[in-house]
Amino acid sequence: MIQVEHLTKRYGPKTAIDDVTFAVEKGEVLAFLGPNGAGKTTTMRILAGSLPATSGTARVAGYDCFDQPMEVKRVIGYLPEIPPLYTEMTVTEYLTFASRIKAVPASQIANAVDQVMQRLGLGEVRGRLIANLSRGFKQRVGLAQALVHNPPVLILDEPTAGLDPKQIIEIRELIRELAGSHTIILSTHILPEATAVARRVVIIHEGRIVAQDSQERLSARLRRSEKVSLMLKAPPPEARDQLALLPGALSVQQEDANTFLVEAELGRDLRDDLARFVVARRWGLLELKLVTITLEDVFLRLTQEEPASESVLHSASQEGDSDTGEVQV
Amino acid sequence: MSPVGAVVRKELRTYFASPIAYVVAGVFLLLLGLLLFLPILAISNQSLQMLRLQGNLPDINLNQLVLRPAFANMAVVMLLLVPMLTMRLFAEEKKLKTMELLLTSPLTITDIVVGKFVAAFAVFAGMLALTALGTAALGAIADLRWAPVGTAYLGVLLLGGVFLSVGLLASGLTENQVIAVVLSFGFLLLIWLFDWVGQLVGESPFGKLLSYLSPLGHFDNLVKGLVDTKDLVYFAAAIIFSLFLTHRVIESQRWR
Repeated sequence: MIQVEHLTKRYGPKTAIDDVTFAVEKGEVLAFLGPNGAGKTTTMRILAGSLPATSGTARVAGYDCFDQPMEVKRVIGYLPEIPPLYTEMTVTEYLTFASRIKAVPASQIANAVDQVMQRLGLGEVRGRLIANLSRGFKQRVGLAQALVHNPPVLILDEPTAGLDPKQIIEIRELIRELAGSHTIILSTHILPEATAVARRVVIIHEGRIVAQDSQERLSARLRRSEKVSLMLKAPPPEARDQLALLPGALSVQQEDANTFLVEAELGRDLRDDLARFVVARRWGLLELKLVTITLEDVFLRLTQEEPASESVLHSASQEGDSDTGEVQV
Repeated sequence: MSPVGAVVRKELRTYFASPIAYVVAGVFLLLLGLLLFLPILAISNQSLQMLRLQGNLPDINLNQLVLRPAFANMAVVMLLLVPMLTMRLFAEEKKLKTMELLLTSPLTITDIVVGKFVAAFAVFAGMLALTALGTAALGAIADLRWAPVGTAYLGVLLLGGVFLSVGLLASGLTENQVIAVVLSFGFLLLIWLFDWVGQLVGESPFGKLLSYLSPLGHFDNLVKGLVDTKDLVYFAAAIIFSLFLTHRVIESQRWR
């Protein structure tokens, strides 16, 4: 559905994205993961037809984003990083305008607006000025604008930015609901976000794709060990050494006076053992949790690797064969 | 609905949702009312004096003595107020990042530029239509020749079109509305002055060219009641050229 090949965009001497290649199948959800300034927005704007690329090609639904922008714009719904809202309009007026310029037939506009408002829970604010809506509602109105003409392809730039946790969950559920019938690219700088909604993740750093794979394989490859964080109420001075004696514990780090980080080999969950161990010694168990891999970890690993191992990762992921692409850190 | 129609409707909606259209139209009508009323007052005083001194009423050409100066002054008021109608059109879209919505919808840049111009022109034409009330009131109590009044209105409408298209271009160049207004004033006063500079340069082809480029002479002809194709072509070309430049400016901004 979406093919991006050797896409490069330069702003003067600055290269925003460099030789980016990836593809998205019909009905797939792809997460674009990277820190701010990595080139996510640039790539999405090129796909949405608002920005021409310096070189390379981007095709959406078979149409070239540069040569056939009209056709591309008809099949995509695009939510920019900053929702493009006319704040002096009411929600209904805004969505009516959006459906008009997105070539929804006049007879179906009222229906399309109603449906998208229902889908996004905007019914209660339909008559309110967008200027007076909360951040969460504004974001939903922005999303409604991208959905109102029911496009087969959705390009969502940080769809959950600035929302509260409940709203984030709602948006994620909506994206999951839309997957299958829609092809979706979304960008985020939050790893759990990517893994929550997308099956496949493209990690971009300084304009280059550093890894792309299904999220299970990616996190499996990037995780060398299981880490458990442990907070104790009254650990004795020798707690660290004693914890290290626990069968399965590879290493123990003391983060501060009360917090320890216990590392075990991959696939081994030490939480149960640790709980028993600590409770038996009456050290006062306050908190016990599995440390999930963070985006910082991912970037540090992917961007600080030796060039050789990076190329292994890159080529392996492009072939879709990650089993041979062990990451050495 | 055509894409242009959608843009026109949205812009009209925005004009009347904000106080801009009301304030601009209100000030415009107030000033024009005064510009029409003051010469009438002056003439009636003169006539009364002449009646006292000579014992008869002079033959007064109202078209010549009231409407021509009123329309000439109207052009100056327009120079100051019309940029207020256009300053927002692109600058605000860029500032609020709503341009992104227009550029990623199946609209051409021509649709956007033409839609915005048509909406601004409609608001301006509406304002002008309201000034016709004053003219009509004058016509009801005095003898007016209506044909020159009609051509003068055509002149004001076309001059307004030129001002609006130049203002739209200025708005396209920046995302700051104040800068858009200042640029509009700059452009408009510059082409206004071309007439004067042309007269100073004299009867050379260059001088004639400069005078031709200024809207002033063309406007003056229409206010006098002269309808010349040369003038109509000037106005149409000036509007189309400004809109074309606006298109190029907006298009080029996509690349950055």
